[in-house]
Amino acid sequence: MLTILFDGVAYGMLLFVLAVGLCITLGLMNFINLAHGAFAMAGGYLTVVMMNRMGISFYWCLPAAFLFSAVLGVVLERVLYRRLYDKTHLDQVLFSIGLIFMAMAAVDYAMGASPQIVKLPPSLSGRVEILGAQVGIYHLFVIVICGLLTIGLQFVIAKTRFGSRLRASVDDGRVARGLGVNVTGIFALTFAVGSGLAGLGGALGAPILSMDPSFPLKYMIFFLIVISIGGTTTITGPFFASILLGVADVGGKYFVPEIGGFIIYTIMVAVLIFRPQGLFTRSAAR
Amino acid sequence: MIPDSPNKPAGWLLWRTRWRWYELAFWAAAASSFFIFPSKLMLISEIFILGLLAVSIDLTLGFAGLVTLGQGAFFGVGAYAAGLMAKYGAGTAPFSDPLLGLLVAGSVAGALGFVTSFLVLRGSDLTRLMVTLGVALIVEEIVTQAKDITGGSDGLQGVMSSPVLGVWSFDLYGRTAFWYALIVTFVCFWFCRRLVNSSFGLSLLAIKGNPLRARTIGMPVNTRLVAIYTIAATISGISGGLLTQTTQFASPDMVAFHRSADALLILVFGGSGFLYGGLIGAVVFRVMQDFIGNITPQYWLFWVGLVLVLLVLFVRGGIIGMLMALRERFSRKGEGS
Amino acid sequence: MSEAPKPVLETCALRKAFGGITATDNVTFSLPPGARHALIGPNGAGKTTFVNLLSGVLPATSGEIYLNGVNVTNWSVRDRARAGLARTFQINQLYADLSPLETILIAINERENAATSWFRPLGSRSDLVDEAAALLAQLNLADAMHARVGSLAYGRQRLLEIAIALASKPQVLLLDEPAAGVPEGERDQVLDVVAALPADVSLILIEHDMDLVFRFAKTISVLVNGALFVEGTRDEIARDPRVRQVYLGEEEIAHG
Repeated sequence: MLTILFDGVAYGMLLFVLAVGLCITLGLMNFINLAHGAFAMAGGYLTVVMMNRMGISFYWCLPAAFLFSAVLGVVLERVLYRRLYDKTHLDQVLFSIGLIFMAMAAVDYAMGASPQIVKLPPSLSGRVEILGAQVGIYHLFVIVICGLLTIGLQFVIAKTRFGSRLRASVDDGRVARGLGVNVTGIFALTFAVGSGLAGLGGALGAPILSMDPSFPLKYMIFFLIVISIGGTTTITGPFFASILLGVADVGGKYFVPEIGGFIIYTIMVAVLIFRPQGLFTRSAAR
Repeated sequence: MIPDSPNKPAGWLLWRTRWRWYELAFWAAAASSFFIFPSKLMLISEIFILGLLAVSIDLTLGFAGLVTLGQGAFFGVGAYAAGLMAKYGAGTAPFSDPLLGLLVAGSVAGALGFVTSFLVLRGSDLTRLMVTLGVALIVEEIVTQAKDITGGSDGLQGVMSSPVLGVWSFDLYGRTAFWYALIVTFVCFWFCRRLVNSSFGLSLLAIKGNPLRARTIGMPVNTRLVAIYTIAATISGISGGLLTQTTQFASPDMVAFHRSADALLILVFGGSGFLYGGLIGAVVFRVMQDFIGNITPQYWLFWVGLVLVLLVLFVRGGIIGMLMALRERFSRKGEGS
Repeated sequence: MSEAPKPVLETCALRKAFGGITATDNVTFSLPPGARHALIGPNGAGKTTFVNLLSGVLPATSGEIYLNGVNVTNWSVRDRARAGLARTFQINQLYADLSPLETILIAINERENAATSWFRPLGSRSDLVDEAAALLAQLNLADAMHARVGSLAYGRQRLLEIAIALASKPQVLLLDEPAAGVPEGERDQVLDVVAALPADVSLILIEHDMDLVFRFAKTISVLVNGALFVEGTRDEIARDPRVRQVYLGEEEIAHG
């Protein structure tokens, strides 16, 4: 029981790291980047290549995945994405679905269609007992890393100068621009960090989520659910949404496997019907 | 620009909705492909069906301005409804009748469309995308989980429709399938064409253009959106039923996400808001798929993605939009000289 | 007192607050049939908010709105429009890709419940099309009937904005700065149309332009900070020193 809760929380925190970049960029530029999962996949596959083909330690893969996806993100943002900010949501959706398809086919071409397996280093495999429950060490590791990242992000956003500018831009981009905030620059940086976090999430997820070319499509719906429940105005909203989703998904698949797959979709549709502005958003929805 | 013949404004409006020569040419070409490509009849039938699905999306997206990512749900529901009718009604003539099957496919999909339409009334484009996608995913999940009824991931086997109108049975070469798909597609298209050229169609454009203005005119915006969403779902269901009947098979692939994405791509590729965009897009898409699929079957998806990206970046209004821009340029040159 | 006609539009202690800011403050107001009433006030006085409350675009925080004696406070925009309340927008809300004829037809179709006809092609009700054409002719838009609305000059778009409202044959018409942004050369056209509006329609005009207000309105209300500051006939308002002060005060600030 507690094991499942633990696994669910670990899964949820992983989802948060994967999705948080999307939430912020959506709130900041009102831009739907459905291809966000492709950056996560990039990080995941980089880990696969570094570990399985080059024999590099898993610990080095994490920062490498972050950097790789962040650079990828910033390049794509400057070259392609920025042309789409003033286009319709439909165009943005089509464009990012196009990117997903290209990424899927490219990965398929380079790495094959079968799921890639990443072997955990011995120090992270095995289980420990906490409060009488068997908990995977790796799940613990994921929770610690993601927890630290969340605290770090919250600190940056709440306490630093960059964070206050970011918050101002999310609140009202026009006003922020008028006050001399470089919204475009903030956006590029946020996009890079968000993509990097997705890449890091992909690397962290490589051992436990199955890493195959359909990854961006499979997790796209999770990201959308996180956004629809958590909203895009804060990062605490998506955080709690991710945890809720992780626990519901893991728990649902364990206790009621026949309908486990429905649970998350049902949550999403229910939230959109009853609280179209999201469960964990500020009451003054914009 | 106003032509001489219809001087009265009403006459001018009517004149604009008449059948043009290129429309007749389009349908004549569609029918004559039976004789030109006798070995490709199944492929051509599928083009009609995909085209019809794209046309149904055009009703919501191109005319009413509702963004949807889940039309595959209605397509799939129609496909399975028609498949189940044919499978369990096999032998007992009235139930496996293909036309009755289409009627049921359309009704079931329409009913689902009506119920879910209330979800797309509120919120922004983003919530609409998520809700329609969510509905499609739930339908997909139901189809794969309900193995006893749908056959799960193996698909629905043993779909055998009775002969069309009791006369023409579905043959191996797809001859009956071709004419059946063509005629059903044409009838549905004709219906859509009447719809968008009517007062009702104009009011949809008003909602798409500016819902607030439409309300201040006194328009019941939500009622209209429910109506068009339901109609579009019905037509999607009919096209799904068509696919099951002509291929004698229904699989979870018919409700999968890529169905919705492909159909949307087909529409945007052809040009949304013109009705013909869906049909032309389907021709180009399917022919391209057949062509590239023969060279590199695995990486077809890459080219679809590339086309999508280029389309969004460089082409406004799809193929029809490009043709119209060309015509404008030529006519302007003509005036200049 | 008894011969005073029943008002077509009334508000009772109407209030609208956005967070801590009160944009409409306790406005009690009534509009007799056939009125030519102007609503003026300095920038940010809440004029447009008031129109949005009347037409239902914004929900009121408290207070009531009556249309022909019926409480319509909780009615939707659409229901109020059907009950005879039409409005124009300060910023054009038009269909750039349609033609003026189609635009007017949309409104006439709704009024005549003809918009649910889905089978007969547009234009088969020639009586409605003729009415639309006649309305456009009345507003000097006949020559552009089939043009793209987006290609019309700004002043003509403003006229179309008024034409849409007229097409629904309203009892009460709210004109939100009809001449705003219209270049000098096209202004007279708009003013003439406003002056020639049917006498039985009760009008509320929101305007910055004092020429237009004094040329056109018989009665005037002045809004300041969301509240009714003073009400009266045109001459009373013109002479009222307090009104002068409100406007002069604003000018002093503007110049200072």
